[in-house]
Amino acid sequence: MTLELLKSEIEANVPGCRLEIIPNPSPSGQHSLLIDPEHALAVAGFLRDAAHLRFDYCSNVTGIDWPAPKLSGKMKLKEMGDGMEHDAEEEIEAPATGHLEAVYHLYSMEKKHGPVIVRLRTEDRANRVHLPSLTPVWRSADFQEREIFDLYGIVFDGHPDLRRILMWEEFEDHPMRRDYREPNDYEYEPTAHDEVLRKTREHHGRTA
Amino acid sequence: MDEALKIELSKQGIFATTLQELYNWGRKSSLWPLNFGLACCAIEMIATTMARYDLARFGAEVFRPSPRQADLMIVAGTITKKMAPQVVRLYNQMPEPKYVISMGACAISGGPFKQGYNVLKGIDRYIPVDIYIPGCPPRPEALIDGFMALQKKIDEQQLTGSNRPRHLNADEPSEFPVPQFGAHDLEPSLNPEVWQAPLVNISLADNDDSGTA
Repeated sequence: MTLELLKSEIEANVPGCRLEIIPNPSPSGQHSLLIDPEHALAVAGFLRDAAHLRFDYCSNVTGIDWPAPKLSGKMKLKEMGDGMEHDAEEEIEAPATGHLEAVYHLYSMEKKHGPVIVRLRTEDRANRVHLPSLTPVWRSADFQEREIFDLYGIVFDGHPDLRRILMWEEFEDHPMRRDYREPNDYEYEPTAHDEVLRKTREHHGRTA
Repeated sequence: MDEALKIELSKQGIFATTLQELYNWGRKSSLWPLNFGLACCAIEMIATTMARYDLARFGAEVFRPSPRQADLMIVAGTITKKMAPQVVRLYNQMPEPKYVISMGACAISGGPFKQGYNVLKGIDRYIPVDIYIPGCPPRPEALIDGFMALQKKIDEQQLTGSNRPRHLNADEPSEFPVPQFGAHDLEPSLNPEVWQAPLVNISLADNDDSGTA
């Protein structure tokens, strides 16, 4: 079944849902289906339960960070709304545009077909990062949604146990985001090159 | 005591020794490792204790499940920042005399995961390490070699004087501060009394592997 057919079938069965096919231009041609967050749970339930689809196995959930197209390190957006001035570093870490995605890979054990790749997209990267959890539909998404919450900062509403899974509870950053800033704990690298060489220079205060 | 005289006496059936020799022999011959592993190096450590390599030949067959009964901590594997406080706490719970083997690239420096956001750049940032065994992971032969190096180190220790081992020096600490989970990193990120970053000559960083000043 092609993705176009699947799309029209979902649209017929889940009224009001907004779907979009995201083409994949690479040789693998694994096109994916973008689902709006409001209807994600209903669509997921349909994909799992429809007799001829039966996508009963969610093999992988992963996150993607799409920062704003031009992410400038010097961009400082002061928010004075609540009378508090946030410090500059925080502003750089959270530009208001761009978005985060959660990607689900679905297979059917029963019908032996798949994968169908489903995407959910947050509204931005800063505050409106809530998505519905699909763990109630596929139990295997539990830990992987926690991992995305930990490393990307997407908040999955309806998740039974949404805690950090790799980093500790007191940790505040999201290390897999593209604008994550590591603590300056550079120490010594005998064969510094590329990224590490850049760190070496930054640490020693030399830019050349 | 003169070594030649000792040999001569032993030929006559008289065995002479010193308290130091006896004490060191006892310590080095019954090193009981703490039964814990962190990553793939632990698999090699387990293999070392099994029949083929048989660490029991060196008096270390009893892996203790409690730090209270262990002398030797083999830090075998990647220490994540989340795990580091527990490793330091286990070390603190071990009674003196105690020793640490830092096994594998990760335990020494973070290894292939160095500069990652979640990996400690070597356990020697928080606790004193006696023996470093490089490798990824080190083969059982390497662990045995490191173990024998530790035994040799123990055997050569003087019980008095300024070179006496750590546990006989009341001024040396037996416990070390356990790092806390911070908002961005472990706090502190290293214990300066145990470890300090080597001096680096930055002008050499471009071209080569000789970064030390």
